[in-house]
Amino acid sequence: MKYRHIKKWVLLGAVILSAIGSHFSGGMNSYYLQIIIFIGINVTLAVSLNLINGYTGQFSLGHAGFMAIGAYVSAYLSTEHSAALFKALGTNFFSITLLFIAVLIAGGIAASIAGLIVGVPSLRLKGDYLAIVTLGFGEIIRVLIQNTDAVGGPRGYSGIAGYTTLFWTYSVAALTIYIVVSLIDSTYGRGFLTVRDDEVAAEAVGINTTRYKVTAFVLGAFFAGVAGGLYAHSTTYINPSGFDFQRSIEIVIMVILGGMGSTAGVAFAAILLTLLLEYLRFVAGYEWLPDLVRRIAANRVIIYSLVLIALMLLRPQGLFGRLPRRGIPIGSASKRAKLPANA
Amino acid sequence: MNAPLLDLKQCTICFGGLTAVSAFDLQIGRSDLIGLIGPNGAGKTTVFNVVTGVYRPTGGTISFENAPIAGLKPSAIARRGIARTFQNIRLFATLSVFDNVRAGFNLRLRHGLAHALWRMRAFYREENEVARQVDGLLDIFDLGKFRDSLCSSLSYGDQRRLEIVRALATRPKLLLLDEPAAGMNPREKEKLMELIRFVKEKFQIAVLLVEHDMKVVMGICQRIAVLDYGIKIAEGTPAEVRANSKVIEAYLGEEAKKT
Repeated sequence: MKYRHIKKWVLLGAVILSAIGSHFSGGMNSYYLQIIIFIGINVTLAVSLNLINGYTGQFSLGHAGFMAIGAYVSAYLSTEHSAALFKALGTNFFSITLLFIAVLIAGGIAASIAGLIVGVPSLRLKGDYLAIVTLGFGEIIRVLIQNTDAVGGPRGYSGIAGYTTLFWTYSVAALTIYIVVSLIDSTYGRGFLTVRDDEVAAEAVGINTTRYKVTAFVLGAFFAGVAGGLYAHSTTYINPSGFDFQRSIEIVIMVILGGMGSTAGVAFAAILLTLLLEYLRFVAGYEWLPDLVRRIAANRVIIYSLVLIALMLLRPQGLFGRLPRRGIPIGSASKRAKLPANA
Repeated sequence: MNAPLLDLKQCTICFGGLTAVSAFDLQIGRSDLIGLIGPNGAGKTTVFNVVTGVYRPTGGTISFENAPIAGLKPSAIARRGIARTFQNIRLFATLSVFDNVRAGFNLRLRHGLAHALWRMRAFYREENEVARQVDGLLDIFDLGKFRDSLCSSLSYGDQRRLEIVRALATRPKLLLLDEPAAGMNPREKEKLMELIRFVKEKFQIAVLLVEHDMKVVMGICQRIAVLDYGIKIAEGTPAEVRANSKVIEAYLGEEAKKT
């Protein structure tokens, strides 16, 4: 009973920590700060995709598409439609905070509507087929954006305000982790795992598998959209090609690397992979290295393949594996009710 | 006579040109224990799949507690009170024994997504209540000691039992058992028969049993229906069925007369 609210406290602690970190980040090297923010965004993306791919067992390859929707919707709103708000409230900390929260949520909602639209018809498909449909969906989004002049089309969309701070990035990451972890650690949330393990059996015990799948898609897409909003307001310039197939693959690799269905592993893998890819930029620049190594280091696709091959050979279940889930009653971690049966 | 719990009328299922079950009638009362037998491919499992909503019947009606259930989703039918086990065990392989049974409580949860996230007192109350009931069920069936083990680490017989427990967790009014004795040795079969009788009495439910093992079927069923090529060729008490010449020809064989 004592530990009942531990998750909420951890969430609050993480939010406070990110606020403190954010406060002292002013003097930081802006390149490092950017990378730290990318890490937070990637954690959000990977953990939310893990809800779809890892816990619910639906292979989605369209996460960059959801991210793109969130990025463009929130960037468009904050750039084109913020004048009225600033006029009414003045340009101050309060109005900016309000605006930023509103556009992030709007981006998330737009992405989750897309998740619903792609989720409902795709749920008749399984495995590879679903992967192909979501992949196609992601590309459709990209092409649509490319042909929308209002957001710059293929030239990209620039002039976005740089609202994203460490605080926002890590608060969102913490909230995403909190939501996924709390969800899975409940009788309701275990339904996601039953859908992954055996859909027929899940239906037979009265679990509406369609509903669970759609819920996973909508929730996962929501956080991908919010992450997209953070990304847009961090780089202040977005381009359709930044949300291509390779971006989706990158997130999928984080999930696979961390271990499907392990939130801690996936978050860890997101950190690791982001750092690795940044470090490889330096490697590609080291003059003393053989030319071949530098070229490989400069090519992400080759690195992804190498990472995946190494993973499949050495640790197919992912870094953190799929640990047997233990059914500890929530809220009372220690005591097990030994009451006379009257079920 | 009371209205039957489950009432199949002229139930027909075709797969393309193949009629798997044709014009099948079956009534199950609230406390019946009925056996469904027949040679391989006779359509027994198909009947299960139609009753539980996996297939939609091509013709005829199925009503449960006087309400039609044909065409409902399997999960909706499970909510009405029909639970089943599978011929080839289908547990949630990556979940613990506890979580497998807990999945059966999902359909009666009053608190869904929002509560799992917001976690107010009502949420914990319900979670603890579910945990208590799951443990209670596990203890009745002597599975408490495996509570936190992965269900795939259980022995075959225990997995069969766990599947029945999971089905019971949904608090069904009708339990469908698909070949529960398959792969069991004689001693385990004895125990299974006891278990089925016990479940029926303890939980006050009706049971429909598909089984190839005649000793089990004849031993516990009050009534037996025999399917052959999708057609019901006989129905009656074990003794009647055993003496029926059609059944002997199609399924039991001449040997059965002697025993």
